[in-house]
Amino acid sequence: MTASSPAWLATTEQIATAKQSLDQHAYESVQWHFHDSTGSPFWLEKKKELKFDPLKEVKVFDDLKKFPEFEDEWLRGGPINRWIPKGLLGKPTYVFETGGTTGIPKSRMVIDDFRIDYELFSHTLPDEYFPKGSNWLMLGPSGPRRLRLAIEHLCQYRGGICFCIDLDPRWVVKLIKKGWMEHLEEYKRHCIDQAITILTANHDIKCMFTTPKLLESLAAGLAEKDTSIQEIGITGIFSGGTEFTPQWTRFCVEELLGGPAEESGVYMTPTYGNTLMGLACSRPVILEEDYTIAYYAPQPRAVVEVVDFDDHTKVVGYGETGRVKLYTMTKEFFVPGFLERDEGEREMPYTKYPWDGVSGVRPYRAFASSTTVGVY
Amino acid sequence: MLTINPIRWGKQYKSLDFQEVFHFDTGEPIAKIGQVNGGMVEMDMRKAANARKALRSIPTPELIARCKRAAHLFEHETLPLGDGQQTVDEFIHQQSASTGLPEHMCRNNMQKNCFVLSNIDTILDALTRGLALDIFSKGYGEEGRNVTVSYQCQTPVLGAVLPNNSPGVHTLWLPAVPLQVGLVLKPGSQEPWTPYRMISAYIEAGIPAEAFCLYPGGHDVGSTIMNKCSRSMIFGSAHTVEQYSGNPRVQAHGPGFSKILIGDDVVDHWEDYLDLMVESVLSNSGRSCINCSGIWASRHTKAIGEALAARMGAIEILPPTDPKAALAAFTNPQMAKGTFAMVQQDLAEAGVTDMTASFGERLVERERSAYLRPMVVTADSPQRGVAMKEYMFPFVSVVQCSQKDMIKSIGPTLVGTALTADEAWIDDLTNATHIDRLNIGPMPTSRLNWLQPHEGNLIDFLFRSRAYQIVPMRVPQTVG
Repeated sequence: MTASSPAWLATTEQIATAKQSLDQHAYESVQWHFHDSTGSPFWLEKKKELKFDPLKEVKVFDDLKKFPEFEDEWLRGGPINRWIPKGLLGKPTYVFETGGTTGIPKSRMVIDDFRIDYELFSHTLPDEYFPKGSNWLMLGPSGPRRLRLAIEHLCQYRGGICFCIDLDPRWVVKLIKKGWMEHLEEYKRHCIDQAITILTANHDIKCMFTTPKLLESLAAGLAEKDTSIQEIGITGIFSGGTEFTPQWTRFCVEELLGGPAEESGVYMTPTYGNTLMGLACSRPVILEEDYTIAYYAPQPRAVVEVVDFDDHTKVVGYGETGRVKLYTMTKEFFVPGFLERDEGEREMPYTKYPWDGVSGVRPYRAFASSTTVGVY
Repeated sequence: MLTINPIRWGKQYKSLDFQEVFHFDTGEPIAKIGQVNGGMVEMDMRKAANARKALRSIPTPELIARCKRAAHLFEHETLPLGDGQQTVDEFIHQQSASTGLPEHMCRNNMQKNCFVLSNIDTILDALTRGLALDIFSKGYGEEGRNVTVSYQCQTPVLGAVLPNNSPGVHTLWLPAVPLQVGLVLKPGSQEPWTPYRMISAYIEAGIPAEAFCLYPGGHDVGSTIMNKCSRSMIFGSAHTVEQYSGNPRVQAHGPGFSKILIGDDVVDHWEDYLDLMVESVLSNSGRSCINCSGIWASRHTKAIGEALAARMGAIEILPPTDPKAALAAFTNPQMAKGTFAMVQQDLAEAGVTDMTASFGERLVERERSAYLRPMVVTADSPQRGVAMKEYMFPFVSVVQCSQKDMIKSIGPTLVGTALTADEAWIDDLTNATHIDRLNIGPMPTSRLNWLQPHEGNLIDFLFRSRAYQIVPMRVPQTVG
């Protein structure tokens, strides 16, 4: 570390250990997913198209770049069972969907990943603000999505009971496209009214998951009743689902939550993730760093890279801008490099997460104008 | 580079999100503008009542005097802007640089805004039909014929989602301040200059700063303003206007489809009105809703089209600093290309003729911007699609239509100038509810008399006339 390096920077040793663990994990994942006795029908079929033998030629993480990019279109339509690794056949299986406002949604087969991901995430939460045994409110999209079950499991894993209020994002997108803004407002109010009713019903709810937009609306709804998130007893908020900006986070901390956690007693952590990967945690988001939000993937199960816009195998320099590329390597699911619809800046390894991160995540510039973001 | 911050009830807010504004021609950055989000607007609106309270603490005559001082400051003085100061010339240059309007047109728009504010007492007198202004301040009063009247204010603030391209429309919200109604404005991303400078002038002139919010930001900011302000204005497309049609909380301003209608009694002397037609089409580079997009006559339409094309077709692009520049740039070249493609579709219809075809290329593309040179087309019938079109550059269709069919065929018309002395037809025009502003006689569509209401009377929008009966009340004295 140099004199100008931030205090949070990971040490060389930490980085090397993490890299070793990632290489080992990548090797084992490929062995699992491409072995005839354990791999899924999808990947065993794909193996025939490859110009290399993954079982012999993938020894470290960087060897994954020999694979063609993962196309999320492969996830649309069935049969869903083609994604189940033979080694896991017979286990209770879920399907989680993403997209789907119009057309066929993308489906991801899941067995235990959501539980494992959220248990790992649980260990990153500060107990002071997310007290063990306290009850939770999950205010966000459920339906075919992973979130409801995942948050409920997180809450149960921490010894609490989870109350759930649903919001259907597919309907929200339709309302926006139809220009039915009054319906949109009413639907939002309908969700927020339910949330306020639960929060004021003496259930000792101290923690919650919600999306940035719903958090805004909840704070406004509480303000209408002359109270606040702080006053109502919430101490820990885990938020995600749509884009976070430093400015929004600052507004949230300063004006919705009553100030930084050490003053207000309310802690909010932004997260980044989707059904394809686990949950990327952020470095603490603080005023001193202009509320910069830097995410770190749950390595070695998932990896985030920031790659050159034209050469997707080349990682950009630290602080430089590029496209977000994800890798997922769990027993259930294998994604050897998928280009997200986002861009951002490459971040240096953090002492708690000694590998690369990404900050300033926003819609990829080539898609930004055609994408409906931040709807719920 | 200048940094312009959002203003929240008079206080600058230093946002972490910025949007840069660039010179349309050179690409040079002019300013960076701090952005807010819809949630912030929603939280702020809980304090909206304070805006009207602050304005009501100042008697209306004093507010009017301060508005007049603000007009002077706006037009002549250096004023605070963001983290710096702005001279009048800088204002003109910056506005031209981001909107593509020639500088002399920016100056004209500035003078138009100042005219309204300098004459605010006369304008309010016209809009209120001479009622004493303290009736609007107190909520009730004596009309003068021993009759009590009450005008109840319907909102503490007027919200406005302002346009990008047209610095002239700001006259519409200016009168809210002397009516003791605060302002919550979302400036257009290319034209933050007028609202910022005007609010700066108001504050410098002694109007309470807590009466003003300026919220640069994305779509969520606009929709929150529309949702949370009991009365708001929006400037947008025909679709926007349709979306808010019939909503008493919203005054929607969109395309004008303004027209000149030539009566059979004068049509053989159409050449006498050629200057009027050119001014109506060309002023402000055809960008306003009050620019004429259709000239309707029962005969001589080909000759009218040829004469207009001869006057406007050869107009060349000049630098924005040139006092003779008549054409504004499209700062987004894609918009010019898209508009031109739509015009090409119009021209493909039988019965439609481009009278400017022999005057050279109409679409002129530059490295970072594009221009559309004036176009005059003729249509042999109101049935042609082009008869109902309006574009953001000097474009006019000369439509052949019999006088008896004209009123029922013209469609919605913001400004209708009728060139006629035919009393029966004038009566029909007067009763045509789809014509908003009606000019009888040779008045260019683009010249507005500010003593007349524009797209609805602001008083009717902000206040509600209601019953108010007062009976003297005897309060028994408490025996101590």
